[in-house]
Amino acid sequence: MTTSPTPDALVIAQGLEKTFGTFRAVDGIDFRIAKGESFGFLGPNGAGKTSTMRMVACMSPFTGGSLSVLGMNPMTEGPQIRARLGLVPQEDTLDEELTVLDNLLIYGRYFDLPKKVIRERAAQLLDFAQLTERRDDKVEPLSGGMKRRLTIARSLISEPEVLILDEPTTGLDPQARHLLWDRLYRLKSQGVTLIITTHYMDEAEQLCDRLVVMDKGRIVAEGSPRALIAEHSTREVVELRFGIDQQAENASGLHDLAERVEVLPDRVLLYVHDGDATVAAVHSRGLTPESALVRRSTLEDVFLHLTGRTLVD
Amino acid sequence: MAQLSSRGRHVGRPTWARALWAHGFFYSRVWKGSVTTSFLFPVLYLAAMGVGLGTLVDHHTHTVGGVRYLDFLAPGLLAGTILQVSVNESTYPVMARIKWIRSYWAMLATPLSVRDVLIGHLGWAVIRGVMVSSIFLGVMAVFGAVHSVLAVLVVPVAMLASLAFASPTTAFAATTSKENGFALLYRFGVIPLFLFSATFFPLGQLPTAIRYLAQLTPLLHAVNLIRGLTLGRLVVVQNLFDLAYLIGFALLGCALADRAFRKRLVV
Repeated sequence: MTTSPTPDALVIAQGLEKTFGTFRAVDGIDFRIAKGESFGFLGPNGAGKTSTMRMVACMSPFTGGSLSVLGMNPMTEGPQIRARLGLVPQEDTLDEELTVLDNLLIYGRYFDLPKKVIRERAAQLLDFAQLTERRDDKVEPLSGGMKRRLTIARSLISEPEVLILDEPTTGLDPQARHLLWDRLYRLKSQGVTLIITTHYMDEAEQLCDRLVVMDKGRIVAEGSPRALIAEHSTREVVELRFGIDQQAENASGLHDLAERVEVLPDRVLLYVHDGDATVAAVHSRGLTPESALVRRSTLEDVFLHLTGRTLVD
Repeated sequence: MAQLSSRGRHVGRPTWARALWAHGFFYSRVWKGSVTTSFLFPVLYLAAMGVGLGTLVDHHTHTVGGVRYLDFLAPGLLAGTILQVSVNESTYPVMARIKWIRSYWAMLATPLSVRDVLIGHLGWAVIRGVMVSSIFLGVMAVFGAVHSVLAVLVVPVAMLASLAFASPTTAFAATTSKENGFALLYRFGVIPLFLFSATFFPLGQLPTAIRYLAQLTPLLHAVNLIRGLTLGRLVVVQNLFDLAYLIGFALLGCALADRAFRKRLVV
């Protein structure tokens, strides 16, 4: 990573820190996000993703390091920066007593857009968010997916250059998630820079050109989804399931077959280059797992490898 | 009219005015419930207490504070109503916009700053003070309880009083994390002030110690001023002190609210 300013970098963080009292939520991270890029922050709960997003969105002052957004300083030029950003927060902040359209209107007025402009854009955005039919309905009874889509539509009313999405699909059903991904992909193809936090690996693989994996306030890996998989995992993973409480015993003789062997309570994972060949080798050693699954390595493998399998609350 | 430059930078209405506009817009969508109560409350109170109870009082004591009971009571009730409305606007709604519907956070993701959000809220409380006092004055006029053209000055006094009542309440609402505190605020703050700030009877009826205690509270000074204006009986020294007190109270409240908002919303 170079330190000279690149004109294309919309966000540059160097040694960025956020502390709450003695707790270091973000512990000195470096990243730069280029114009038009789709950049992801991946990490378990409490990794510091939301704190980072809030600093980039100029809603939360940083306590150490440096941060530049759109070439400006968030500490002194917050309003000017926020005028060009869109934010989709983790928790919805819609006015539930107002209608769908009124929510867009009131938000657009915060950006001082003329009502006529807001109405024109609102029509397009409601179409984009598939909410046109609910235009005059109150927000309160809408489904979670609809509220999420409305929040995204609302964040786009000012035609932001950068859209920041903090766990945009958490809590949504698969249909709603896929619809949202499609909409985000369209935005990206229109040249909007996307900054996304997620703990869904498939989401990161679908949406992000480049991502960082965060754990305990630090960045533990950085790269494209494919590069991260190549670097921190193998091409394929074999999942062997033996009888209850027989995983470790059976795994002990398999270490030479794989680059890495991981023993879980219910199965054994072999990180290998050629899964089918490995399964054949396992059988040829006289082992008979109850099931053997060969799959491609995913970001989830990278993620769990880097951040561990311990449950984080 | 707002101008949009080519880079999407906005020049136009100041950011605090956008926050204030949002309150008005929201109210314009949900006002129907509140407007009947703002008419009904003064009509019912003035009819029941001013006319009903007043006839009885006047019959026994002839005058209260030198005037008919209705004329004495009406400005007190007006001030008391401003207190209630200001506190109502600044308790649950403030907590809701921070914690429940979280609309302050939505505002803070836009060019608006924390101070804009606060000015929007307090500005709205002041506008509510104008609305409530105008309606109340109109009802009073119908009841024949307005005796001086000075009564038009009740509106600016109501604006000041609204700010003085709303700002410390806002500071409290932004500081407390649970809504339990509001019940206590009403029980031990709003209701005693409403009852003992020379609203229903002259302060002279109270024991000396409580009379001095009442001098320390803000509603009494709003009552003094508004009563002086609707009766056309100003007592210059006293009323200047009332005015200074309310200004001081409002300034202190604003400083506290500013600090509380900063602490809660800048994290």
